[in-house]
Amino acid sequence: MAMVEGKANTRISEYLLDSPIESRFSEEKYILFLQGITAVFDGFKALDIEALGIEHNELRVIIGPNGAGKTTMCDIISGKTRPTTGSVYFEGQNITETAETEIALLGIGRKFQTPTVFDSLTTYQNMELALPGHQNWFANLYSKISPEENNQILSILERVGLKNELHTEAKYLSHGQRQWLAISTLVLSNPKLLLVDEPAAGLTDAETALTAELLLELKGEHTLIIIEHDMDFVRQLDSPVTMLHEGKIMAEGTLADLQQNEEVIEAYLGR
Amino acid sequence: MHSLANTADDQLRRNLPLILWVLLGLVVIPVLYIAGVISIGTVNKLGRYLSFALVAIGLDLIWGYAGILGLCQALFFCLGGYAMGMYLAHHGGPEGIIDKTGWKLPACLFVVYPYKVGEVPGDAMVPWFWKPFWSLPNTIFLGLLIPGIFAFIIGYFGFRSRVRGVYFAILTQAITVAAQNFFTMNNMKFGGTNGLTRFAHICIARHPHGADVCQQSALSFDLSTDTVQFTLYLLTTMAIFVTYLLYRYITQTRLGRILVAVRDAENTLRFSGYKPYVYKLFAFILAAVTAGLGGLLYVPQMKIITPYNMGAERSILIVIFVAVGGRGTLSGALVGTLAVNLLYDFLTSFNQPIPLTNMLFPGGLTFAKAWPIVLGLLFLAVVLGYPNGLVKLPQHLLGKFKKAPDSDQIGAHQ
Repeated sequence: MAMVEGKANTRISEYLLDSPIESRFSEEKYILFLQGITAVFDGFKALDIEALGIEHNELRVIIGPNGAGKTTMCDIISGKTRPTTGSVYFEGQNITETAETEIALLGIGRKFQTPTVFDSLTTYQNMELALPGHQNWFANLYSKISPEENNQILSILERVGLKNELHTEAKYLSHGQRQWLAISTLVLSNPKLLLVDEPAAGLTDAETALTAELLLELKGEHTLIIIEHDMDFVRQLDSPVTMLHEGKIMAEGTLADLQQNEEVIEAYLGR
Repeated sequence: MHSLANTADDQLRRNLPLILWVLLGLVVIPVLYIAGVISIGTVNKLGRYLSFALVAIGLDLIWGYAGILGLCQALFFCLGGYAMGMYLAHHGGPEGIIDKTGWKLPACLFVVYPYKVGEVPGDAMVPWFWKPFWSLPNTIFLGLLIPGIFAFIIGYFGFRSRVRGVYFAILTQAITVAAQNFFTMNNMKFGGTNGLTRFAHICIARHPHGADVCQQSALSFDLSTDTVQFTLYLLTTMAIFVTYLLYRYITQTRLGRILVAVRDAENTLRFSGYKPYVYKLFAFILAAVTAGLGGLLYVPQMKIITPYNMGAERSILIVIFVAVGGRGTLSGALVGTLAVNLLYDFLTSFNQPIPLTNMLFPGGLTFAKAWPIVLGLLFLAVVLGYPNGLVKLPQHLLGKFKKAPDSDQIGAHQ
């Protein structure tokens, strides 16, 4: 992974050079590649990314001030929004025009900024719906949870301390618990690529540390894109960081590098 | 469910309301009728209300569970009803003619037949779309299939293009009004505003289409007899219980939980790889077929079906039944339908004006005239004061507020 060294505004992006999509090499290297993505809403350019590649089993943190386009980028990858121009490639396949359901089935899972869980369903039922391989509607009229799936659900819920809330409807859970539940369902659904939008928002320090631990555990077998504001949390993740600003990639590197970058400091603290 | 203790005791307690309902519907009321305590008129009335309950339970599935407010349930009811109406009219009164192809023109169609210029009564023909409804099995099949097909078309295009909430309600409302106008026209040969009537027999035997063959058959039953009406009541009661059990099973499967998830956060569901429109379509079609069944059972008990039955206000009435009974509970649909209809029945039996109303209206206001106001107040009272509906009332009164792990009653709040 090439890193930014020192000077501001320089992105060393080797994937720009080796024209990734045409070469088989890049398909093997990057699980996700955004090429020439722009998103324009009512004349406002929310996103303008020349190229961004995420390698297999990488954990990439995306930071940036409010309105930098972080969530828009997630929306485009997961198919919620269509880009104005450009293409998204997932495992070498162009998914720019693919419906969100299909993208989910290809193996891109997502946790939204506000923890979206199904309010009237219990914790356990929320987990049940996240189980992979049960998306056929007719089979859902008779299929049951297997003992292995049950154990899997219970072990994840035990980790995040929701085991006592198995039969509590999600609407009665606290904000932190809802965050946990949203993350747990994402982990359970076992996607190849996880888009995690602000997992630490509204969590206590101890909870944040556990979230970081959980996500780092996934790193070996999954690719993760984590959007976060909380610098302590980003530090705990200790992973390559991409900074977005006004829809563009401003800097890439380790958190320490970025924190010395004057432009980054200026963007965060205001002019 | 995995760790819930499903002891026999729990099972019994959970099923107790159902057992009581079955006893009431299939034992108590028949016994009271046979003993002569209640008249066949009352039994017939209950049978008709229960056929409305079939529409209500369908609406409860799509509205209470999946959050789809469909305002065309009365249309589906009438599609089933008109199917049965055409069948009964075929075997109805002797008025009318035998047309050139040897088919007996039904009496209700004969009186409002839209002759072209120059045609004489002898030129009237039985329309092609009446002919499949000659036999009872065909009629029942088509009476369930046609609402299903209509629901598929409305749902497929509506749900796929993500028409939701109030927009879907308006869309279905508009379709119902259009259909009502269609059925009202004499030219459509559905009997116009008179609807289908002049019914006489239910004929089980297969026989060629022609005049009076049916009346002479041993397997022909006179609709006006008490025995036939009582049998129809029993059939309707059994239909509602079978439907209830089917719906309860569905709502307790994973598919049922996905329907609730559709109501809570349809968009989120997409990112878990589910196609919400497939599930909505399933529920919508099932509700339409159930409403069609309601129509099939209603018409031989009411002995008339007119376009009035598919009016916009009829669909809203079904919404009120479900809201009063309790959304998302299934049994609430049954309770609400019976409660509202029996209240209507009770209040409109008074002929005297309501006390004090003569101060506002000359001659006073009877309950029959004031019924829409009463209904509106009832709806407001339930929505504002008791949103869980009547079905939660006994629990409330008994002070049993501990949360029952009963997935039959997934919270109805949104």
